[in-house]
Amino acid sequence: MEKRVTFKGWLLPLCLIAPQVLVSAVFFFYPAGQAIWQSLFIPDPFGLSMQFVGLGNFEYLLSDPYYRTSFLTTAIFSTLVTLASMIPALFLAVVADRLIKGAGVYRTMLIWPYAVAPAVAGVLWLFMFNTRVGVVSWYLGNLGYDWNHVLNGGEAMGLVVVASAWGRISYNFLFFFAALQAIPKSVIEAAAIDGARFWKRFWTIVLPLLSPTTFFLLVVNIVYAFFETFGVIHTITSGGPQQSTTILVYKVFSDGFVGQDLGSSAAQSVILLLVVGALTIFQFKFVERRVHY
Amino acid sequence: MKNLTAGALIAGSTMLSPIAAFAQTEVQFWHAFTGRLGELVAVQVEDFNASQDDFTVVASFKGNYSETLNAGIAAFRAGEQPEILMVFEVGTATMMSAKGAVRSVTEVMEASGAAFDPDAYIGSVKGYYTSTDGEMLSLPFNASTPVLWVNRNAFEDAGVDPDTDLSTWQNVGEVLGQLKEGGSTCPLTTAWQSWIQLENFSAYHDVPFATQANGFAGVDTELAFNGPAQVAHIAAMGEWAQDGKFIYAGRRNEGGANFRAGECALFTESSAGYAGIKAEAEFDFDVRPLPYWEGVGNSPQNTIIGGASLWVMEGHEEDEYEGAAQFLAYLSSSDVQEQWHKDTGYLPITTAAADATRESGFYEENLGTEVAVIQMTTNEPTENSKGLRLGSFDQIRTIIDEELEAVWAGDKDAQAALDSAVMRGDQLLRRFEAAN
Repeated sequence: MEKRVTFKGWLLPLCLIAPQVLVSAVFFFYPAGQAIWQSLFIPDPFGLSMQFVGLGNFEYLLSDPYYRTSFLTTAIFSTLVTLASMIPALFLAVVADRLIKGAGVYRTMLIWPYAVAPAVAGVLWLFMFNTRVGVVSWYLGNLGYDWNHVLNGGEAMGLVVVASAWGRISYNFLFFFAALQAIPKSVIEAAAIDGARFWKRFWTIVLPLLSPTTFFLLVVNIVYAFFETFGVIHTITSGGPQQSTTILVYKVFSDGFVGQDLGSSAAQSVILLLVVGALTIFQFKFVERRVHY
Repeated sequence: MKNLTAGALIAGSTMLSPIAAFAQTEVQFWHAFTGRLGELVAVQVEDFNASQDDFTVVASFKGNYSETLNAGIAAFRAGEQPEILMVFEVGTATMMSAKGAVRSVTEVMEASGAAFDPDAYIGSVKGYYTSTDGEMLSLPFNASTPVLWVNRNAFEDAGVDPDTDLSTWQNVGEVLGQLKEGGSTCPLTTAWQSWIQLENFSAYHDVPFATQANGFAGVDTELAFNGPAQVAHIAAMGEWAQDGKFIYAGRRNEGGANFRAGECALFTESSAGYAGIKAEAEFDFDVRPLPYWEGVGNSPQNTIIGGASLWVMEGHEEDEYEGAAQFLAYLSSSDVQEQWHKDTGYLPITTAAADATRESGFYEENLGTEVAVIQMTTNEPTENSKGLRLGSFDQIRTIIDEELEAVWAGDKDAQAALDSAVMRGDQLLRRFEAAN
């Protein structure tokens, strides 16, 4: 049976939801509405004149093969970032959970990278993999591998994925670790007494009990990979070589803030909004079925 | 409302700095210089403020070139624009077509009593920022042009005579082969590939980069850098890249680190790279004119400039424009320009400053620093070598970067890559035309 609280009248409930509605309106609905409105025009940068083009911006974008390729690039990038930030985080959380001594130190160290801003993380990784002076590329060179992400698209993609996922591992670790701590020890001990080994226990008990957290992190990480990674891309590759790391949100940024093409940039953010919206609905409809609360 | 806020700001700043006389008019100047260049700008501003009592120029650093332009645009939309905004050469068409947002330097200078003689400025420098009917739109501030930097030690290590004639790409091609055979891991690298290998290449060989006089004659311009001269050059560079004779380091001036570390023998980079190379290089270096292809076009014509100019924005009081005019006149004065040229390696913007530098014996003491000036001033600029005025040019440069990377990686041949760059760039130009 669900418990329901009933309010008398409208005033109190309205007051209670007002702050949330207000925040959403100011920081989401108003700018989103502006973006949709702006996507119908080709404005000049200074706001002196606006040329109404209807769906012209969308037509221009969708007929551009480079823009369509950027969808694929984004899909590859987001999948890789999500996997590369969640799997190591889960592994580290499981290991840290089993620690008896020094867990606090371990935990603090693992959370550190989250404090590094994406653009700064980008610069750090760029230094390590710099084709001429980077430490890692120097070792790779000694091993006979010629690292050159400046011209090799695959290597560039690998580098931006690692740089984007790195700080994110800490964030995911925190959630996994908290969720692991919340699993009742008695369940695990009971399974252990029944003779289930570590892996058996992990697959059949721990992982299913983690599924709400995993699902939450999946959604959050995909949104992260879609929206918050342009700083990393900007500092490491600027979308290159060729267009191999030009993800959708980077194109929004570079067309709007570097190229001053506000109409196209607005249209791109509307498309991005639709894509992420659809993806989130898909996740809640299909992936969430497998989540046990 | 706007005046109120402005008034409040001025009142606030006056309270904060009681030394400033309250009758002074403030002139805001937003620029993109940090580090050493930032210090030099600060000195210029201080000296100007000390030289007279009527105006106070307040200089603010607003980030890199793109960020400064963005800050200026955002401020204009909010009605808070500065009097003077620094805009890099790529943003010229954007600023030009913003009628109602900018006031031409000629107009500002003539309305004020400030000393102004358009003929005092070096043609190929001011040409970039002058309209076809001779109106100076913005004041060139820091202008440089690409030259060829030579690491003499790297030549000797590879057993190549460092005094070999490198004036033509034909000769450079041969030398690259010798350097490679002599064991050089980086015979040639470049900075700013679009600016040097296509924009300046086209001007230097007097072939069009775009129609309508490279955009000077109208916004209905189309890109034209897929002509035979440019294709031949990019094809040759592509071959050198495949043979390991040309090492691509990145879209900006990443190659500078490799050159300054002594790794690369030849480096095409802005003349303003002088300060950095002089400070860091632990080898003997030379500055040579940019090479040209013997027999192609009308070469060598003149190269074009890169850098930034100062734009005066609309929406201010007359006495503020008076102050802006005085400041621009001060910046153009021969002494200030001469010092700037010597300190930074940027070109002097007036002939008087160029002559004064020569007479001071600076070029004899700092060999090679004159190459850029000669390269810019030997010939009268033609339609193809006056400069470029293309909308959305920052994005077009990105497209060019992408397509050139395809050539360096061996994924596309030069013709296909340049054709594709022209096609994609033209789409952006049509959008720019629609917006303006």
